[in-house]
Amino acid sequence: MKLLLRKTAFAALIGLSAPAMASVAYVSNEKDNTLSVIDTETMEVIETINVGARPRGILLSKDFTKLYICASDDDTVQVLDLATRKIIDTLPSGEDPEQFALHPNNKHLYIANEDDAIVTVVDVTTKVVLAQIEVGIEPEGMAVSPDGKWAVNTSETTSMLHWINTKTFKIEKNIVVGQRPRHVEFSKDSKVAWASAEIGGTVHIIDVEKLEQIHEMSFKVPGVNQDRVQPVGIELTSNGKYAFVALGPSNHVAVVDAKTYEVLDYLLVGSRVWQLDLNKDETQLYTTNGVSGDVSVIDLEDMKVIKSIKVGRYPWGVVIDPNS
Amino acid sequence: MKPAAYWHCFAGIQTREWLRFWQQRTRFASALVRPLLWLVVFAAGFRAVLGISIIPPYQTYITYETYIAPGLCGMIILFNSMQGALSMVYDRELGSMRVLLMSPLPRPFLLVTKLLAMGVVSVIQVYIFLFVALLVDVEPPVWGYLAVLPALVLTSLMLGALGLLIATWIKQLENFAGVMNFVIFPMFFMSSALYPLWRMNEASPWLYWVCQFNPFTHAVETIRFSLYLQWSPLAWGVSAGVTVVLVILATAGFRPQRTKILGAKPA
Repeated sequence: MKLLLRKTAFAALIGLSAPAMASVAYVSNEKDNTLSVIDTETMEVIETINVGARPRGILLSKDFTKLYICASDDDTVQVLDLATRKIIDTLPSGEDPEQFALHPNNKHLYIANEDDAIVTVVDVTTKVVLAQIEVGIEPEGMAVSPDGKWAVNTSETTSMLHWINTKTFKIEKNIVVGQRPRHVEFSKDSKVAWASAEIGGTVHIIDVEKLEQIHEMSFKVPGVNQDRVQPVGIELTSNGKYAFVALGPSNHVAVVDAKTYEVLDYLLVGSRVWQLDLNKDETQLYTTNGVSGDVSVIDLEDMKVIKSIKVGRYPWGVVIDPNS
Repeated sequence: MKPAAYWHCFAGIQTREWLRFWQQRTRFASALVRPLLWLVVFAAGFRAVLGISIIPPYQTYITYETYIAPGLCGMIILFNSMQGALSMVYDRELGSMRVLLMSPLPRPFLLVTKLLAMGVVSVIQVYIFLFVALLVDVEPPVWGYLAVLPALVLTSLMLGALGLLIATWIKQLENFAGVMNFVIFPMFFMSSALYPLWRMNEASPWLYWVCQFNPFTHAVETIRFSLYLQWSPLAWGVSAGVTVVLVILATAGFRPQRTKILGAKPA
């Protein structure tokens, strides 16, 4: 009861001191060609925005004023202005963009083009394609290290991580990982990178300085057939304590101790959990659940799923605007 | 009659039930084994049985263990109430029920007190069960443990009155097996205790309606909703209404002198 009172008092204080600007999460709905906007306070969908065909990867500009959207079937990247929530521009992307990553300079956008086996680098200010880098077959995951030195692309069929020097746009090293690598996530200090292999069922932790694998981990969800354990999205907390791995059709998210690589828990979410995002103060984790068409919210203090919110069909990506 | 007399009587009946409970500790423990087997063994094989659907009062996806825990709370009360009914038949045969009813206090008061006394024992078992259920990650909100108390008492009273009503009609102690087959099992299986009703509706619509008309469904739902700090007017309305009717019928119908024990003639 005391806690409740304190929480109410706190909420009242916030209400008085700040204008009512709710924090929001954006979710791309692959089959509905829309974005769902979720108020993270009430955990309800407050708006649905029409976007291009088959929106998948989404990310925020470094100043949090724009949202970039891979409209895969329109072969373009759309730019959404966050203040007005309107599409204000499109960027050249190469064919079938699925995942992309923005360099910390807020200009260079690295886009994986699945069908052409290339990575396209676009300057978002001039809309000029700076480079097209040949990579392995079916490039998928894309990440840029927070220090801006490396861009990493995963190629599904070649099962490789391609390490691209962001100054020269050249591949400097290929690291073979488990089958069908999907996603790469850097630690905030850019010292390690975590890569998921969907079919291999593994997550690979790479030392960025040595460009060597330092650990490989696998998952065992109780009561779930091993075939269904397919790691995809990864999120790392900035304090280096936890890693979260979305385990696809096993409908669980693994909570991993980021230091010992021990799985602490498996949390039940919706069907085919795909991508993840942490909120600004890292108290909540949002997951997109493609087949069940919803977004689950995990409270990180209790490590419990507190709510699943219905969104559009086949939610793919999620980002929480830390600025709102 | 002074309120003190009522209190004296109330305390007396409670104490007797407590003494009986204390002397039957093994029965108490064995009564916990049944729901725990359901929770740990049965539910483990059905983790994915609920498919993909979020139903109130739950806000997200739940394991099957979490789903059936409130139903098993109801099961504890159901079995206890029927066993209470058995003990009343037994009491009647030994005549101790008649001794109780010799009290000058109104009979409905005596009987309701007796039902509440039986209910207290059930409620304690339910709390121990919920405590053990924490081990298989059935973790309702902390305040839910308090909020569920009125639902548990109401359910105890409802099923206790039902047991009493059945006890009134049972002629022989041996008929308890019949009670198991014709009351406990149908009530338990044709309810929302094991499967959500939308699943029943998919399987067969008539079964769905049987479940809807089963008061045990609504008793389980009051427990389920209260445990998760939500309010269900339908479940509470039906449970309270049925309880009132059953208590009136059971207290009005209770005739200790009606029974001829096992057909035997008094010596």
